[in-house]
Amino acid sequence: MIQRDRLNSDLSFIQKVKELDYVLLISILILSFVSLTVMYSTDGGEILYHTKSHFSKLAIFFPLMIIIAFFNIKYWHTFAYLFYLIIILLLVWVSFFGIKSSGSQRWMDLYFFVLQPSELMKISLILCLAKYYHRIKIENVNSFMAIIFVLTIILIPTIFVVSQPDLGTSVLIALSGLIVLWLGGVRVKYFIFSLITFLISLPFIISFLKPYQKLRILTFLDPDRDPLGAGYQIIQSKIAIGSGGLDGKGFLKGTQSYLDFLPEKHTDFIFTLFSEEFGFIGSIGLLILYVIIIIRIIHIGSISRSNFSKLFCFGFAFSIFIYIVVNLSMVLGLLPIVGSPLPIMSYGGSSMLATMIGFGIVLSAKVNHKQTIA
Amino acid sequence: MINENSGIRKSDVINRRMFIISAAKIVILVGIVARLFSLQINENKKYLTLSDKNRIREWKLPPTRGNIVDYFGNIIAGNLKVYQLHIIPEQVENFNYLLLRLKTLLNLSEKKIQKIIKLKNKLKPWDSIIVSENLSWSQFLKVNNFLYDLVGVKPVMTISRNYPFSDVYTHVLGYVSQPNQEEIIENEIVKERFVPGMKIGKLGLEKTLEKYLIGTNAIQRYEVNAYGKRINQLEYQKGLQGSKIRLTLDTEVQKLSAKLLDNKAGSISVMDIFTGDIIAMYSSPSYDPNLFLFGISHDEWELIRNNPLKPLINKTLSGLYSPGSTIKPIVALSALENNIINPNFKVKCTGKTELYGQTFHCWKEKGHGFVSLRNAMKQSCDTYFYEVARLLGVDRLNITAKKFGLGKKVLGDYFDNEKQGLFPNTSWKRNNLERGWVLGETLITGIGQGYTQTTPLQLCLMTAQIANGGYKIKPKIIVNNNPLTIEEAKKAMELQLFKSPNAKLFNDQKNIKIVQEAMFSSTNEKYGTSYSSRIDDPKYQFAGKTGTAQVKRISKRERELDLKLEEIPYNDRDHALYVAYGPYKKPRYALSIIVEHGGSGSKAAAPMAKELFKLIIDRNEMRNKQSNFEEVDV
Repeated sequence: MIQRDRLNSDLSFIQKVKELDYVLLISILILSFVSLTVMYSTDGGEILYHTKSHFSKLAIFFPLMIIIAFFNIKYWHTFAYLFYLIIILLLVWVSFFGIKSSGSQRWMDLYFFVLQPSELMKISLILCLAKYYHRIKIENVNSFMAIIFVLTIILIPTIFVVSQPDLGTSVLIALSGLIVLWLGGVRVKYFIFSLITFLISLPFIISFLKPYQKLRILTFLDPDRDPLGAGYQIIQSKIAIGSGGLDGKGFLKGTQSYLDFLPEKHTDFIFTLFSEEFGFIGSIGLLILYVIIIIRIIHIGSISRSNFSKLFCFGFAFSIFIYIVVNLSMVLGLLPIVGSPLPIMSYGGSSMLATMIGFGIVLSAKVNHKQTIA
Repeated sequence: MINENSGIRKSDVINRRMFIISAAKIVILVGIVARLFSLQINENKKYLTLSDKNRIREWKLPPTRGNIVDYFGNIIAGNLKVYQLHIIPEQVENFNYLLLRLKTLLNLSEKKIQKIIKLKNKLKPWDSIIVSENLSWSQFLKVNNFLYDLVGVKPVMTISRNYPFSDVYTHVLGYVSQPNQEEIIENEIVKERFVPGMKIGKLGLEKTLEKYLIGTNAIQRYEVNAYGKRINQLEYQKGLQGSKIRLTLDTEVQKLSAKLLDNKAGSISVMDIFTGDIIAMYSSPSYDPNLFLFGISHDEWELIRNNPLKPLINKTLSGLYSPGSTIKPIVALSALENNIINPNFKVKCTGKTELYGQTFHCWKEKGHGFVSLRNAMKQSCDTYFYEVARLLGVDRLNITAKKFGLGKKVLGDYFDNEKQGLFPNTSWKRNNLERGWVLGETLITGIGQGYTQTTPLQLCLMTAQIANGGYKIKPKIIVNNNPLTIEEAKKAMELQLFKSPNAKLFNDQKNIKIVQEAMFSSTNEKYGTSYSSRIDDPKYQFAGKTGTAQVKRISKRERELDLKLEEIPYNDRDHALYVAYGPYKKPRYALSIIVEHGGSGSKAAAPMAKELFKLIIDRNEMRNKQSNFEEVDV
């Protein structure tokens, strides 16, 4: 213990700075800059509310990420369960006293900032499960009690978020949790069995969906059944992306977006705007940027000595990937419309906060990658 | 240490499993890229079109109608700049205040204000409301002066139809007005080019020549946002003005006709006997077509509608009259052609003829004594023509009359209100009235009474075809691409003879000559019915035939009373008719005049011919010289 602590304190500030992952850091910086540019475009080429607000969030959360990076990752290990519990409490609080908006209750007003705890849950669930699988003996991973425990850990926040209602986020939370289960070594056959069970019970689940959720699925299957109503978003999004072509319509020249044909262009459909203005080339560039970030996180995970770091990095890399895939599939018409932001790019503080915390932890894992955690 | 050991094994599991999902990630990523590729590269064109469809919207502007000009190129239906006042609701700060200001400025009625409010609630906030379609110049100035106080008001200059000669051409041109729903649906071109505020032809040539006159819309292409609001103008495509159409009519003659028939009901038609050009075609009374442009007021409409002289009826084309004695040249010609009579054939007129116990009166109670064809025509002796008609029979008369254009539409397709008229024969009566023909009916047909019904233009055509020596002409009102000179027209007419046997209306041209001479005597010899209207100067000298058409049977008592015109109720008075052609030596123009309830043809109608011929023949040279314009073939 003494030795390890020494090892830790051995790292001076200069050393920490040296150990930071600059590929990841610069990629995130570029992504932040791109997101600001696109936000400027959504404001119609002026620095208006969204651009300003997005900038101020970046200006707060980016340094926050750096600060987190300088804290030893072992603290995240230590406080992982507590963090999880706090977020659970916030979810409970929100379900009673949260701000209602367009039919769902998922926000809390912190006066300077409107927080969506479910976004933070995406991170804290990974942390919590990473700690669990870090500590449990590999022989016990597939024991009945262990499986029940982790499923409960995943189900509690998922149920809260579903009841907000926020199907999209709850699915993403559950997926982030399940991926840690997979990484932790839960038997493959369990995954296969549960997948089969899920598919069989799918019609049953659908019958429990709310009418508007059913409508979304129907619309996804055939957007033209109601082109001005439910299908409008996806049709307009496809038009915007498709009309972008190879090199796009040009910065600030996305007609679909600045003439307001594109709904939710600040948030869920931010990629549509980007793709309309910068075309196929720009979109591939953005995807490459994301891929670099994900590969870098996986790299950090694989060089980390502690399993906690590994589990978190891999889990976080996967969940970032899932967010991107779900968001892109949605705007490209490959999945039904579920509210799911594109990390960093989309306007929205909680999502950015969660992502930046995640990046910070990953950077901390890199700084302390030689360290093991008891 | 145990932790460390199991940790190594655990990390193997973690790394292996990470590898598996990384492979899955690559597959998913490739799927996303493929989708992007298919949307942005493969289907780029499709989506680009859809995006343009989204953002670009076209606004059509009302097309500018083509001008209609008279033979000399004077515009008789043109376009005029008008000043309008539009409100754009979204720019208005205080709508009620604005309405109040406008109300006092323009003297708007309360009804109009209510209408504007209704419109405002119906339209999108960026659609303009037309407050006034036609502001006077002073109103326009007033609005412009107060513009600083009228936020959201837009003074607009636009183009509207205008008829500079007011009522002179109404029955020929018709007028334009806003189309109703049916008219839009019925007419393909109107449907295609319709925009609010556009006006279409409702009557006359404006209606029948709609497709030539209408012109094409100017198109404004705007970029619009998702709510339909115009963001900026991308393109302005100018429309083409409709075709210019040149008519054969002469405004001066038309004006004189209007003057002659002022305050009377009737019609004047003048025709070129070789080319068939209609020089004048006026139906009286007329009305001002400009009244209809911006919606006629109720009072003005009632005034026109209730006028006892019936201004709404185009008497030249749809007025049906008994030809009266103006039919006599045809009766004479038919009898000559059928060898029933020769010029020396004489009949004794005692003032009346008995047939099967029925008495047929001559207009001259004392009788004309023995009359020849020439004398009978000159003095319009009815007894003579009773006898000739009896000998000729109605069926043979019908053939000649039809040949000369009676009972058939003259202008055909150009006017949908043109009437066909009627010239009876025995089979017509059998088929339509299911009764046999009675000889007495032949007698009165011979003096242009009975079933015969003709339009003034038919009588004009009939006269023209007698005047030109008996050749068929095709009357026209629109100048085609290459009008023929008079010599060419004559040549073409004779050439036509060899090609089409129908073009020659006679068997022996001598018979035509005899009829012409008889008509000459009627105007230029003493005791002729229109002798008092003659012109001795050979330059203007004309030949004609009067007619007086009874509108009701004259009772014995009335005949004995021999009332003066003023003593008979207006609607019982005879129609006065006159047909003529001139100059006699070198005929060129034919005309027909009808004055409804004007009394006798010689007193009411023939004097008008005198004035008309003077003007027409004076203008003849000018007309011949009139060069060809750039024209469209209609």
